[in-house]
Amino acid sequence: MIVRILNEGQWHLTDEAVQALNAFDDAVEQAVTAGDQDQLTKALHALLDRIRATGTQLPDGSLEDSDLILPDADSTLEEMRQLLSESEEGLIPG
Amino acid sequence: MSGIFQRISMIFRAKTDKALDKMEDPRQTLDYSYQRQLELLQKVRRGVADVATSRKRIELQANQLNTQADKLTNQAQKALEVGREDLAREALTRRSGLQQQLSDLQVQHAQLQGEEEKLTRASQRLQAKVDAFRTKKETIKATYSAAEAQTRINEAFSGISEEMGDVGLAVQRAEDKTAQLQARAGAIDELLASGALDDPTGTAKDDITLELEQLASTSDVENELARMKASLGAGPAAAPQAIEGQPSPSGAQPPPSQVAQPPGLDAQTPQEYQAPPAQDQEAPPAQPQGDLR
Repeated sequence: MIVRILNEGQWHLTDEAVQALNAFDDAVEQAVTAGDQDQLTKALHALLDRIRATGTQLPDGSLEDSDLILPDADSTLEEMRQLLSESEEGLIPG
Repeated sequence: MSGIFQRISMIFRAKTDKALDKMEDPRQTLDYSYQRQLELLQKVRRGVADVATSRKRIELQANQLNTQADKLTNQAQKALEVGREDLAREALTRRSGLQQQLSDLQVQHAQLQGEEEKLTRASQRLQAKVDAFRTKKETIKATYSAAEAQTRINEAFSGISEEMGDVGLAVQRAEDKTAQLQARAGAIDELLASGALDDPTGTAKDDITLELEQLASTSDVENELARMKASLGAGPAAAPQAIEGQPSPSGAQPPPSQVAQPPGLDAQTPQEYQAPPAQDQEAPPAQPQGDLR
């Protein structure tokens, strides 16, 4: 499975490694729902550290679609909400 | 894994698909996309340059604030030397205000540096992907039938679109951040330009400097007065001499006539007396007098 970390690049993860990330996903979602910036930052850092540790980074020149797209580790709540709002324009310039 | 990241991924994909659907001819898709990639690459590079400019500006401001802080330290020192603890206290209080600003600037500087590094990396990644896309584009154009090409194009296109979406976001974020910081930097610039970071009167010199200068000039006046009194007491004749000395240039006119006289009085040295007036008008009055007596 290929995972993109926004602003960082793409990583290749095994299915087992992806399964292990579910708990982190929940933590991030809870933080966003609760509007807790500290918790969000902590959860994102934990999640992304895990991906960097268990995955292999794809070379810059590879043109592959990601199965999952994750926000930047330092994303703010506002940025997360923006990412999630479909009305936002210009996400894909192509 | 589902939930929040699935949603983000779906939004990305939906946008890619929408962009793809707009194209009917596969070749058009390739060329149009490549064009957009190059444009975006330019935009990222401009973004990097903008962030670097803002970073340098902040560095400049930090230097200026440091200079101000040093100045206030010196003022405090001077104020203490003339026994004005209140002024020294004021200067040091202001300096601590400046140091607050300085540490704010340092935080901003670190932020900008982070953005700059991220954008530089994004620019490298996009460049590599654009290069890969160009190669792939030519291969697709040359080798495959239209139906096969469509599939390959979709692959290549969605791969690069995702990167473009990512980089587009990064540029946007960097632009927002620099705009915010520039607004704050502008406020500091104005303060620095007025030369009166904490001076409510807005005059070019801050009030501590003014007060120190007043103290200094007061003591200068006293010193000058004391010196004058001393010189008056030492020799009253000295002053009249100085006053006489001034009109001497206009008083230099009589000497030539005096100079004309000596030949009549003393015929032995006529040439000596004629020469000096031509050389120096102030010299003759002393010389003839000295020679005559």
